[in-house]
Amino acid sequence: MSGVRVLVGTRKGAFVLTSDGKRQRWDVSGPHFAGWEIYHLKGSPVDPHRLYASQCSGWFGQIMQRSDDGGKTWTQPGTPPGERTTPEGMPKGESNKFVYDTSSGTGKPLTTHQWYDGTQHPWEFKRVWHLEPSPTNPDTVYAGVEDAGLFRSTDGGQNWQELAGLRGHGTGPKWQPGAGGMCLHTVILDPSNPQRIYIAISAAGAFRTDDGGKTWRPINKGLHSQYIPDPNAEIGHCVHHVAMHRSRPNVLFMQKHWDVMRSDNAGDSWHEVSGNLPTDFGFVIDVHAHEPETIYVVPIKSDGEHFPPDGKLRVYRSRTGGNEWEALTKGLPQDNCYVNVLRDAMAVDSLDKCGVYFGTTGGQVYASADAGDSWTPIVQHLPGVLSVEVQTLP
Amino acid sequence: MIRVVLPGHLRALARVSAEVQIDVKGPVTQRSVLDALEAQYPMLRGTIRDHVTQERRPFLRFFACEEDYSLEPPDAPLPEAVASGAEPLLIIGAIAGG
Repeated sequence: MSGVRVLVGTRKGAFVLTSDGKRQRWDVSGPHFAGWEIYHLKGSPVDPHRLYASQCSGWFGQIMQRSDDGGKTWTQPGTPPGERTTPEGMPKGESNKFVYDTSSGTGKPLTTHQWYDGTQHPWEFKRVWHLEPSPTNPDTVYAGVEDAGLFRSTDGGQNWQELAGLRGHGTGPKWQPGAGGMCLHTVILDPSNPQRIYIAISAAGAFRTDDGGKTWRPINKGLHSQYIPDPNAEIGHCVHHVAMHRSRPNVLFMQKHWDVMRSDNAGDSWHEVSGNLPTDFGFVIDVHAHEPETIYVVPIKSDGEHFPPDGKLRVYRSRTGGNEWEALTKGLPQDNCYVNVLRDAMAVDSLDKCGVYFGTTGGQVYASADAGDSWTPIVQHLPGVLSVEVQTLP
Repeated sequence: MIRVVLPGHLRALARVSAEVQIDVKGPVTQRSVLDALEAQYPMLRGTIRDHVTQERRPFLRFFACEEDYSLEPPDAPLPEAVASGAEPLLIIGAIAGG
């Protein structure tokens, strides 16, 4: 029987939740990397045993972790346990090392971006927000980082190289941090075109490459953000998350700071599909595994009040690709609930019926085995959840 | 041998249970001790000093013999008691968060 593995990153460690295909009984493993912030962990689509995790700390910086057995054991890539150095005594892995590319041969490397006070500020690596394993090669994985940049490893996470054409885009000096930092938080690899990658940055906007990462262009036409001087500017929009169904890689759904948006032309233009949502502020957005017009969001009251409106935790589902939304409440707390659901904390499995999962800043991970009609908590008292990913196992 | 006491999280990362002992060739300084520590435990590279600038991470301190050596130049000699192994170099995670 097939099964499901839910990978949960929290403020104090990672947890691996597993179940059979019924998705009724769950085994909880963790905390892995106890005490560390785990911004994201994700499995390879071609090797479900291969997982990558971003482990970080305000004290000790960034650590990359890899598992080759589905999360049972972990190691820093290139530094297996018991093998500390090369025979010459030199360190093996450089897996923690993210260095911005300042070479002249890779485009227009930048050294500064917009800072909160309007001055220019040097690019400084802080952490990895999102890991996106390749759909074809388990040793290739992308990392979206703060300060915003995109890195790639082709050796299983041992070494990382920046795709500097993105940071070198001409608008770079105008990029600025959102409240959570200037993070590249979304990486979407087009399954039908290996040359095409979508990324999103808070607060610069969405970008696309059509040549494997050498050159990029902003794809923010149609976004309207009243919190920037020119609401329709080419860049500067605080995109919170973007989602795509693999069968229709030209159709994108976006949860922006405010507004839920849709593009039918690979981001060339966007239109709003917030429709009858109680509020169009939020962080997560995802697409049903089998119905590309069925999408999910979790409305949050406002940018000043990061909790559900009226203290009711409600997932909203649209079966029409936006505009017409229904509240999904069965099994979710409908009073006195003031948690948030962060941008990478929702995912779907590909079983029939589609499972939907999300985690909260209050430490609950909710699961629906019926496409959102009803929900049950898998766990309720984890540290604040930063990310949720799901693997559907054979 | 130089004795180094790591914060708990770094002990877990290096998979050691107590203080570590490292061999340092030449003058015993912050830099030479950390170079040797990272060579023996490469998983610690970048966690104590920044990968690129080699500067001490802001929330870490270096204590020895009841003194704070965090702000000393990285090539300044550490106390003889550390160089002889009589006293450990303590790498301390700052208490922060209230």
